[in-house]
Amino acid sequence: MASLHPAVLPHDGPKASGLTGRWQALVPFRPDSSVLPGFTLAMGLTLTALSLIVLIPLTALALKAGDLGFSGLWALLTTPRVLAALKLSFALSFAAALVNLLFGVLIAWVLVRYDFIGRKWVDAAIDLPFALPTAVAGIALSALYAPNGWIGAVLARYGIKIGYTPTGIWVALVFIGIPFVVRMVQPVLQEIESEIEEAAALLGASRFQTAMRVLLPAIAPAAFTGFTLAFARAVGEYGSVIFIAGNVPMVSEIAPLLIVIKLEQYDYSGAAGVGLLMLAGSFAIILLANAGLALWGRRHGHA
Amino acid sequence: MSVAVQIDRVSKGFSTYPALKGVSLSIEPGELVALLGPSGSGKTTLLRLIAGLEQADGGAITFNGIDTRRLSLRERRIGFVFQNYALFKHMTVAENIAFGLSVRPRSQRPDRQAIQKRIDDLLDLVQLGGLQQRFPAQLSGGQRQRVALARALAIEPQVLLLDEPFGALDAQVRKDLRQWLRDLHRRTGHTTLFVTHDQEEALELADRVAILNQGLIEQVGTPDQVYDHPATAFVCGFLGEANRIPVEIKNGQALFRNRPLLSLKGTNATGGAELFVRPQHLKIDSPELAALAGDVTLIRRHGAVRRAEVEVQGVDRPLEVDLASAVAPDLGERIGLRVGQGHVFAGGLTPSFN
Repeated sequence: MASLHPAVLPHDGPKASGLTGRWQALVPFRPDSSVLPGFTLAMGLTLTALSLIVLIPLTALALKAGDLGFSGLWALLTTPRVLAALKLSFALSFAAALVNLLFGVLIAWVLVRYDFIGRKWVDAAIDLPFALPTAVAGIALSALYAPNGWIGAVLARYGIKIGYTPTGIWVALVFIGIPFVVRMVQPVLQEIESEIEEAAALLGASRFQTAMRVLLPAIAPAAFTGFTLAFARAVGEYGSVIFIAGNVPMVSEIAPLLIVIKLEQYDYSGAAGVGLLMLAGSFAIILLANAGLALWGRRHGHA
Repeated sequence: MSVAVQIDRVSKGFSTYPALKGVSLSIEPGELVALLGPSGSGKTTLLRLIAGLEQADGGAITFNGIDTRRLSLRERRIGFVFQNYALFKHMTVAENIAFGLSVRPRSQRPDRQAIQKRIDDLLDLVQLGGLQQRFPAQLSGGQRQRVALARALAIEPQVLLLDEPFGALDAQVRKDLRQWLRDLHRRTGHTTLFVTHDQEEALELADRVAILNQGLIEQVGTPDQVYDHPATAFVCGFLGEANRIPVEIKNGQALFRNRPLLSLKGTNATGGAELFVRPQHLKIDSPELAALAGDVTLIRRHGAVRRAEVEVQGVDRPLEVDLASAVAPDLGERIGLRVGQGHVFAGGLTPSFN
């Protein structure tokens, strides 16, 4: 046995990590053992892009709203009109996302599980709410649901009014939110092997039991994420809603419209204030939802 | 508990090719039967037909005389282990095993304690005690396989069906599980069919082996029967290795270039045929005396023995010869070969294979 030459001894220390001294302190999470190269560069670009696109505008919003001060914000929140608009926005968004959740899972199911003529067209049509300018969607919907529109006229005969009411807003929010759940659930559903269902059937499960106990839990995280996205989108939706909403203060006036109204009155800090309140609300709800999902996932083996 | 399975002239075609062309097979209660064949031979299709996952185009499958077409999947009570296990990923090991019991109608469902007892018993049986709160993602391949088996056994199946049960496991685990499955079968006594393309696995594990080729059963028998007395050239070639030597049959003799190679008992056929000889049945002789003579082109290790390849004029591929003892020829040496035993199949009449 030859003696170990010093050159072959493993050496560690600052040189091994590539970054030294004060630079290393700037990237505290650098995983030295990772085999993937470019962590520093990728992380740097990510933070830059995130700052430019998301963080700086949001900070500007917060600073602008800061003009009001804490008491000003509180006064704004307790204004009946603002409160009503916020309540309306959040409640209808929630209701719309809920419908999207059920309807979206159903659509994804049909698209993945059944082969029918025109399936590709239906599949493509799902994305239309994304592609259409929201104002066009709003005008189309209000033309349909207005008391003299195709659907609105029929409903009017039974005394049901959708156009220019909160129900109309809800219809528009359902429309713009539908792709989120479908597109989240579809790939997950596609990945479930048919053998999983065959196994359940051979073990004696009915179709309904298989759907409820085997398939639904598997797609639940994706469906829930889709729900959150649809909800977030609905809260901020403006273009498709204002045409069908009627925009009656305290009744069918959504928060984003209130912001526009305040802007038109040169009340910039007021507009920023309402914006900040919406931001806080949305952020809290999404954070809560993600935390809940993570907890659920850990309990159900979604690693 | 265990039933007899009768498969009667079952056929099944898919849009592009016929998968089964009238297959019959009867399985005794408690028997362990291997369906052996190359891929595309229809063995998995047959398994899925028995399970009820596919519908046969023709023929019938009965359990103890009851036509399975009259039974729902639940009533068939099939324990099926899929090749990639098909475990429910969001359920723990215990929940996976209990699934078949917990989906029963309330009147037939065991109470919680009975289900828990069943889970514990089955986990003991498959030697996975202590893992019941794990999720499938946290288990090794062999452990998942055993969970799948426990889940299938939980419903007290009439028939246990295993699709390539060891296909996805590495060699050592395969060997252990094979032994263990044989043991398990002896203890539980379920009528069991398993599909495999591995002849060694089929011969070692099964009471009887059914060899399928191109949608037909070529031969059914005990491992000894099918190995020692292959009915067709395909079976002979598929079960273990065989050298193929073109011969002429005349007067009860197999002739190679007009020299007698092997005497055949009880045959009065004449004409061209092919002689199948396993590598261990070729014995080295002097090149002057033997009918087969050729040059050693390669010597390599083959498991427990060493093996020589011998190039013989008139034979397409080099003959593989197991070297029994330390007496080994040299590379390039000219040797003679004697045929200890072999099987003759008429050429042209038997399906070709590699």
